Amino acid sequence: MAEKRVYEVVFIVDTGTSEDETTRLLDGLQRTVTDLGGTVTKTENMGRRTLAYKIGRKSEGVYHFFEIEGTGREIAELERRMRVADAILRYLTVRVDEERQRAEKLKARRARKASKRPFAGGGQRGAGAQGAAGEEEA
Amino acid sequence: MSRNRDERDFDGGDRPGGGERERDRERGPQGGRGGGRRFRRRKVCRFCVDKVDYIDYKDVKLLSGYVPERSKILPRRISGSCAPHQRMLAEAIKRARNIALLPYTAD
Repeated sequence: MAEKRVYEVVFIVDTGTSEDETTRLLDGLQRTVTDLGGTVTKTENMGRRTLAYKIGRKSEGVYHFFEIEGTGREIAELERRMRVADAILRYLTVRVDEERQRAEKLKARRARKASKRPFAGGGQRGAGAQGAAGEEEA
Repeated sequence: MSRNRDERDFDGGDRPGGGERERDRERGPQGGRGGGRRFRRRKVCRFCVDKVDYIDYKDVKLLSGYVPERSKILPRRISGSCAPHQRMLAEAIKRARNIALLPYTAD
């Protein structure tokens, strides 16, 4: 049984790409994922922004975001496609399922601690934190 | 020598817009002897206060607060972040650099 993995893929599309081409590119990429049995669970256009440094003489790009669930094979193919595509300046794939699990764990631990804390202690702590925050702003 | 200069970079003081984090650290560890008034406010991890479980590499606004001038990662002795959060932060900054959301160096 292949476990399900969750990935986030961010990639930068050249600003010179026409709208048509962009949609075609995005569709193509999504299809590569679905063809290999993955699912694209979220897509987002993060918009056009200036790059923090130049990539191949370009100083601007359009950021796109995919969230993908799958086995990892579709990621390999997707990355290959993105490497080949001229319109894609850069991509970054991050596997997030494990990180999210960790975040969940932290959250659970915090909740547990909070429930264990005695009344007075909890109140005081809260007040103290608020006081400090107020000072910071002042 | 050069390392010394770097450290001074982060010491705040002469830096314009050196925000609240620098304020927490008015004097270096060795420079405090004669002053008399030396109150170092205890630094608390911002992320712990805000109960952050995951630092997103796409959150440029947040991350850019931790890469001063030279675009180096702000050390935790200055920001006061706790170790786990500093690790998350460093990872996020490195990812953000990879996709040109943050610079590797200040040019």
